[in-house]
Parts: sequence; C-alpha cells; structure tokens
Amino acid sequence: MYHQATFDEPIVIDIKGRRTLKIPHENEGYKAQVPEEMRRETIGIGDREEFSVIRHFVKLSEMNFGADTGFYPLGSCTMKYNPKINDEIASLDGFRMIHPLQDSSEVQGALKLMYELSELLKKITGMDEITLQPLAGAGGEFTGLSIVRAYFECKKELDTRREVVVPDSAHGSNPASSHMAGFDVVQVPSTSDGTVDIEKFKEAVTERTAAFMITNPNTLGIFEDKIVEMADYAHSKGALLYYDGANLNGIMTKTTPAKMGFDIVHLNLHKTFSTPHGGGGPGAGPVGVVEKLKDFLPYPLVTFDGEKYSNDYIPPKTIGKVASFYGNFGVLVRAWTYIKMMGEEGLRDACENAVLNSNYMRKKIQEFMPVPGKTIKKHEFVASSVGSGMPKAGDIAKHLIDNGVHAPTIYFPLIVPEALMIEPTESATKEEMDLFIETVRQSLKVSHEMFEKEPVNLKVTRIDDVDASKNPKPTLRMVRKEQKEALQQII
Amino acid sequence: MSNDLSELLKELQIQNPDELFKDIPESIRTSLLGLPRGMDEDEVRRLAGEYAGMNKTVNQQHSFLGFGLYNHYVPAAISNIINRNEFLTSYTPYQAEISQGIMQALFEYQSMIGELLDMDAVNSSMYDVSTSLGEAARMAKSITGKDVFIVPKHMSRNKRAVLDNYAKGADIKIKEVEFDERGMIDLTSLEKMVDDNTSGVYAEYPNMFGIIDTNVPKIKGIIGDERIFVAGVNPISLGVLAPPGKFGADIAIGEGQVLGLGLNFGGPVVGVFGTKEEFIRKMPGKIMGMTKDHNGKMAFSMILQTREQHIRRERAVTNMTSNQALMAVAAAVYLSLLGDSGLRKIGEVNMGRTRELMDVVREFGPFLPYESSPVFNEFLIRLNESKTYVNRIAKKYNLNPGYVLGKEYGFTDRNQVNIITNVTERNTNDDFNAYREFLREVA
Ligand SMILES: Cc1ncc(COP(=O)(O)O)c(C=O)c1O
Repeated sequence: MYHQATFDEPIVIDIKGRRTLKIPHENEGYKAQVPEEMRRETIGIGDREEFSVIRHFVKLSEMNFGADTGFYPLGSCTMKYNPKINDEIASLDGFRMIHPLQDSSEVQGALKLMYELSELLKKITGMDEITLQPLAGAGGEFTGLSIVRAYFECKKELDTRREVVVPDSAHGSNPASSHMAGFDVVQVPSTSDGTVDIEKFKEAVTERTAAFMITNPNTLGIFEDKIVEMADYAHSKGALLYYDGANLNGIMTKTTPAKMGFDIVHLNLHKTFSTPHGGGGPGAGPVGVVEKLKDFLPYPLVTFDGEKYSNDYIPPKTIGKVASFYGNFGVLVRAWTYIKMMGEEGLRDACENAVLNSNYMRKKIQEFMPVPGKTIKKHEFVASSVGSGMPKAGDIAKHLIDNGVHAPTIYFPLIVPEALMIEPTESATKEEMDLFIETVRQSLKVSHEMFEKEPVNLKVTRIDDVDASKNPKPTLRMVRKEQKEALQQII
Repeated sequence: MSNDLSELLKELQIQNPDELFKDIPESIRTSLLGLPRGMDEDEVRRLAGEYAGMNKTVNQQHSFLGFGLYNHYVPAAISNIINRNEFLTSYTPYQAEISQGIMQALFEYQSMIGELLDMDAVNSSMYDVSTSLGEAARMAKSITGKDVFIVPKHMSRNKRAVLDNYAKGADIKIKEVEFDERGMIDLTSLEKMVDDNTSGVYAEYPNMFGIIDTNVPKIKGIIGDERIFVAGVNPISLGVLAPPGKFGADIAIGEGQVLGLGLNFGGPVVGVFGTKEEFIRKMPGKIMGMTKDHNGKMAFSMILQTREQHIRRERAVTNMTSNQALMAVAAAVYLSLLGDSGLRKIGEVNMGRTRELMDVVREFGPFLPYESSPVFNEFLIRLNESKTYVNRIAKKYNLNPGYVLGKEYGFTDRNQVNIITNVTERNTNDDFNAYREFLREVA
C-alpha cells in the first residue's frame, strides 16, 4: 500500500529566521553606492537559517515521485534508470569549475569529451556532423528547422517552400517548432494501422514542402515501415527529412535515422541516454545532419586537428546560435558516461529490453482494453479506454498514482481517444509491470463516485485545474494581492 | 536489465527479442554501429578523471572572467537538494497530485523571482537568458502586432545571435540603438527611432560594460504604453539595484546562473522570465499556480496550459516542452539561503570589491574608458598594448584578467586590448595582487 509523505509546508518566503549562510568578505565593510534613482529599497523574501531551508526542501522532495521512487511508464519520455555514476562524473571539479570563455588550451578535457560524444552520436544516428548546443528536444527541433530554412534560403527556394508536413500523430512541439522557424504546418492523417496514410502523404508533400518531420517509431510506438518510400518521395520533391529522436530508444542499434533516409536528426539525451529529467529539465537536444547541411550548423563546433581540440570553428553558412554557450554541458557529460559504459552491446540490450517490456505489457493490457494499430510495438504503445463501462483515461491515471505507480502519458497522441501512452523502458521488473497492469484492470471496476474521491494516498486530492487557470496565481504576491482585495470587499 | 527475460519471451511466444524488430525492413537494418565496448564504473571514473584533469579550473588560477556567466560561490546545500532522487528523477508534473513537492518548489522560485523583479507573473524557467530574450521579442510582437524590436548596439554577441534566430523565424526586424559617451543607452537616438512599427525596446542594467545604466528608468516614458519595454537584469544585483518593475518594465529577463548554479562550462543555466499580470496569457513556458484541492487544501496546478504546444500545436506561444526546472529549484534554494540580508550583502560585496579593483587600475593610468559611470561587478579596462603581449604577461601571473572584446564588438585596433573584468565575492586578495602585478608590468 502506497502512502505519500504529507506535510503542510508553508511557502518558503513565510519561513522566518536569521540567515546563517556566510558570504565571503561579508564583514569587511563593503558598500553598494548606487545612484539614487536606481537604489533598491525592500526585497521581500525574508531571512532564515540553512537548517530551515534544508528541512523545508527535503520535505517538499518527499512529496514528489521520481523514477527512483518507482515505476514511471510515462509515454514518450523514456523514464529509464539514471545511473548514479553519471551525476558523480558531472560533479568533478574539472568539469564543474570551468568557464566557457576560457581559452581552448585550458579546457582540452571538456572539448575532448564533447568531441567524443559527437562522434558516438554520429555512429548511433549515422549523421555526418553534430551540434551539441540545443538545450532540449524542442530546442533541437527549432535548430533543425532553422537549418531547413537557411538551406532553402541559400538555394533561393524559400519563397516557394513554405510548408512543413507532419503526421497527425506528431508531438505538439513539432508543429510549434515549425511555426517558430517561420513555416506553415500541413498535417497528414494516419490509417487505422497507426502509420502514415501514404496516399495522403503523397498529396501533402509537394514542391511547397520544405521538410517532412516525423518520429519513428511514431508516437503510437509503431515502426513506420514505409519510411524509405516516404523518404524517397519527399526527396524527389526536393524536401528534407527531419527525424524527431524522442523515440530512439525503440530502435537504437537496430537501424539508424540515416539508413531510413533522414537528413536532420535531433536526440533527447534526457530520454534515450539516461540523463535525469530534473522535474522538467535540463535536457539536451543535439542535432545531427547529413553532409550537405553541415555548413548550416550553429557555431561554434568542436574540432580536432590530431593534436588539440578547438571550439572556434564557425560553419560558413551557420544559422548563428541557439543557446548562450555550448549546450547543457552537465547533461552532455552524463550522456557520454552512459554511452561509454553501455557500449554497443549495452545499448542493444537496452533497446531490446525496452521493446520486450513494451510488448509484454501491450499483450496483457490488450486482454481488456483496445490497443489501436499494428500488433507489434516498439518501446511504447497506446491503449484507448473507450467502450462500454470504460473509465476515462484521466481517472485511470489518478487511480494509478493513488497506488504508487506513476501514470502513463494521457490524452496524447491526439488521434487516439482516451489515450494511455505506456512506455515501461528497459528499467522495469516483471513484478512492476504486472502491478501496473493489475491496477489498470482494477480501475475498470471503480465506480464514478469512487473516482471522484481519488486520490486519497497523496499530499492532495484532485485539483480544479480549470479554476486555477481562470484565476491564475503564479506568485505569492498575486495570492496576497487577491486576499487583500477579497478582504476589502468584505469590509 | 530485467532478469525475467525468459518469462516475457514465453508470454510473447518468441525465442529472441530481435523477433520484435521484424517490422523494420531488412534493407535498413544495421548490423554493427562500431561503438566501443562498454566500460565498468571504475574504468569510466578513471577516464573521466583524466579528462577533467586536463582542464584548468577557475580555482587553479586568478580568474576575473565573467561576461555573461559568473564565478559566484555555490553553497553546499544546493547540490544536496537538487540531488534528492525525488526531484532529480521526476519529470514535468503532468500528474499534479503526486508531484506537489516540485510544484511548490517551482512556485517558490516564481514567487521569489517575482519579488526580485517586482513582477506579478513569472514562469518556471526558460532555457537560458538568450532564449528568454528571443521569446521576449516574439511576445512583444504578439502583444503589439508590430514587428520592429530595438536592442542596444552593445550587447553580448551570443545573446544577439540567438535573438537573431528567433527574430528570423517570426519575421521580426532588429534595430540597434547607440550608446552615449557614458556607455548608456542614448535616449535621443532612441526617441528618434521609436515609431509606429516598433513593438518594443530591450535594455540592460548592468549592461555589457557592467554599467548601471541610469537612462533605463526613462525608457518606458519614451516608448509609451503601446510598446513593450523588456528589461535585462542580473538577478544577483537586485539586492542593491531597483527592480525592473519599478521602471515600468513589461517583461523582465535575466540569466539565473548567478543564483547558485555554478559554471559547468556554460550549462545547465536557467533563463529568468517575468511579466506583468495583464500579459500572463502571452507568456511562454510552464507556470505553476497556487490553488486548492477538492478538500480546500492548498495545492499547486500547472496553469494556462492552453498556451502550450501539447494543446495549441502550431499556434502555441512557444515550442518549449522540457525546460530547466531543476535549475530553478537550485535558484530557489539559493534565494532561500541568502534571504533579503544575504542578497543585499552579496550585492554590496560585489560592488565594493569591484570598485576596489578599479581603484587599483587607477593607480597605473587612465585605463577606464567609462570611469565615471557606476558599475555593478564588471568594468571595461583598455590597455595600450597588443593582445599577445597582454596574454603573455597575464599567463606569467597565472591570471585571467577577463573577457577580451574583439572585432565582433567593433574593437579592431591591434595595439589596444579591451577587457571586461569581472569581480565576484569569490575573488580573494591574492587574486587582486596578481591583477596588480600584471598591471604593473603591462602599464
Ligand atoms: C515525440 C516528442 N518529440 C519532441 C519532444 C520535445 O522534447 P523536449 O521535451 O526535450 O523539448 C518530446 C518530449 O517532450 C516528445 O515526446
């Protein structure tokens, strides 16, 4: 039986005390001397002891659930185990205490690591060159699509190539990134087997298409087996092919984006390569490209002349920069560590076990809930809780978390009604998967009235998200403002 | 790896997991990628130790290098908290009830940043300050419907290069406003530039030269309510400098790296982003909001999700999905530890120590082009020597005097070196002595 720790913790601003953290030179009488009009009066966050700060945040952390707490089959997010050695290595002084603007002669170790990581990722994707700069998957998409734009601008075709084609099953960041890079979005439908409708695809991809963007395995966990035909067709129309690497865990070592015909690839190091998700980030979204797009990559790129590493290479047609410095270096170190430790064998095992686990769960879930699309899935699958007596996906999710199992991704992809997107990853035991399946099965028997009361084992019960958004209070000062107004109305 | 492989295989009636990859056409299957064999922990630890050892850390030299990323002290309590497994290995809190811990921590980050900026609405993080700026320019266009965004001529090229990329995709034209002779925004030029096509103006204090630009408070008055004023701040300066909200900023951005994140070769950092209440629906990023659960208990919810890509797709305010949440938690821990008194103190020490080093410079000659302008913790020093010579002498004293501004900043004179020197609370008197010896030799 799962019971989450529950504390009624105040907002830290309201924890009052005396500051115990000492600041270097604090008692040497230094003064600010700010011009009057720019002088700060009050600040408003209060003071407190270090032990109060630690007790507060430790309690908050206990009211949270991570992949180290339990099974976390959040589809599309690859919540695999994050080996602890990754964090230890990223915290070495030699990596932590270096500044990105130091001369390259002083940071040869960091550049060597980045260079090696790029080489490893090139092998894994089959791409010819890699930038490590983008700060997450969506940042990688924006980078890749900016490269698409620059490429067609250079070919003087940008005026006519205004469209990016995406499947209707695509992740929302794909159309959003396309739009941010200045393209119009054209959506192609999927067929009942869960793959892209090839006839509709051929209608959608034309001389106006700049790129076709897809993840494979797709968001239903199904391998798009007509990918080569689609790639050839898109190329014949002069378009580029963009690979959203969020789902690489499902095919890693079995094929590569290059073999499938892709020109641009982004990877999510925080998914496939085991860097921790940090409650939402930081991640890293390196982008790989084929030879003809190398010159458009963001600057600088790390190069090696056989003796020393440099980080001042500016590709001749560079799109510029997509982040202040060279990427989320701390995340890159962790991914390097992971790949070094796994080797090719380890990565193959990870992929095979992820796919084995996913198909096992799919088979069990299918016994009582429809799983649309082709039978064989890759690293994830999508169940659909539709049909007589089926609870809503959202209710099943609450039932799961109330039982100490993290919920799958729900209501995505949008093409599946009441979608439950389940990705066990390779880091799951049979017992954990069985418990999940059992809990979902039980949820079919839970009455509507019971669902209303769940969850009961967590810090809070259901939250009215609609009201929270109608009446947004993103800061304590807004909460206080509203309380004051309410008080005045009473008076 | 899971140890009950055979049971799973049996359940699926297959011999080998590879059978589950039959749907990948033979023509595109790979046999071997040619990756090296896997290492054990001890091996990889040694190898990484070797690489780390090839780097010269800022602790192994007298470093005054800043320029966008700063060597501030990182309290031990921070890594302790952000390495808590429950925070570290969780993801975006789409299931709010089981994730109240991180949601409250992020709400606290937003709340404390809101106080620092004097802004009502703050998001739970952007990637970094450069992408914050790119998003701010897009937001200014989306609010005003206008497409010319004005930025200072003198700003970090890195930030500018990212902004240019965002601007290109959104059809925004960037125009530059000059600085006056004190190294501040030239208000007369600005007044002339602002017209019907202007969506907004970006200005920084402290700016690229470290100067506390006293013209910034007048900008909102010049551009008026119909245009967006985006203020760029250094969050750690806001214990002593007035907040952007006081100067009528519509959006405030900054690099949150200074709030206890360390250097890490430039990342992960965290982009700070705040705005006025009225623009909250146009703000990018994930936002935690305080609300109640069905029993009336305080709770947190991820609010205004209808702005986001998973619902709005190509019409979303931004494509951002993963963010820098853990870094925001680190910043929240940092701000909690320092509190009001610590923030004020750290501002005083940074400013006081910087003035002290500038006094050292004055002993040797008129090397401070913006001598009379107030600075926070960085200043421009101009030496009439070649870069090679200056570098050689600096090396002799194991000193990094700061970031050398090159031709990309318009400095082309080969017989002159322009350096941005940064002083933080971590610089010791030994560092100061090395700087003094260096000046004695080059001056
Ligand atoms: C299929 C897919 N594409 C892209 C993304 C965006 O990646 P990130 O969250 O790293 O920006 C995600 C994940 O959120 C995803 O699941």
